[in-house]
Amino acid sequence: MEIQKELQGNKLNISLIGRLDAVTASQLDKVIQTELTGIEELNFDFSKLAFVASAGLRILLVAQKRMNKQGSMKIHHVNDDVMEVLEMTGFSNFLDIEN
Amino acid sequence: MDSRGECKQISVEAKLENLERVNEFVEYCLKDRDCSAKVKMQLELVVEEIFTNIANYAYGGNVGNVTIEGSLVDGTAKFKLKFMDRGVPYNPLERPDPDINAGIADRPVGGLGIYLVKKNVDDVTYQHKDGQNILTIEKII
Repeated sequence: MEIQKELQGNKLNISLIGRLDAVTASQLDKVIQTELTGIEELNFDFSKLAFVASAGLRILLVAQKRMNKQGSMKIHHVNDDVMEVLEMTGFSNFLDIEN
Repeated sequence: MDSRGECKQISVEAKLENLERVNEFVEYCLKDRDCSAKVKMQLELVVEEIFTNIANYAYGGNVGNVTIEGSLVDGTAKFKLKFMDRGVPYNPLERPDPDINAGIADRPVGGLGIYLVKKNVDDVTYQHKDGQNILTIEKII
């Protein structure tokens, strides 16, 4: 998976490209753990994210919990396959998704 | 592939790095069948969750193998996948399902993997036999 980041003041845009799975989730975890200090607006672009598994959902949950404390988080352009997993797990209920 | 039904097998070390090989094996099992993209994605998810569980927990800090057997049942659209390991006896199906309607504050980090398996197959069974954990899934493809 490739992670593209764009920092604009206190706003961070992250594009995920490829698969957010058990092998790659740690890459995103590292970003969430180390680069959210002072961030008030976190945006994810999922337009090139092809696949998500529970290891990836775990990281999204951690990110959402963190951003609830310090600002907001939004996920953009979720494809059908990824959306199915978010809905199946009830994650679509508390994630802010804008397609 | 022989249309009378055939069984294929792969044995790999239970390590996350081997996830891709396992996915390729499943693809190979199904190479002569027309599966929809949706079914393929669901299978990929199921395989990932099961294999990852074994890789992360079955052998503690030690190295061990997973054997995976794929078979297509004669003249039907039923695909069977069997995961066998010799790690700590563990029945993942006993784990209670997460409350998917819970709000974010009440969502534990984890416990979703086996739930996703259950939701994306037509049948899943566990047995412990001859020192092996055997998890079998069936899916209409």
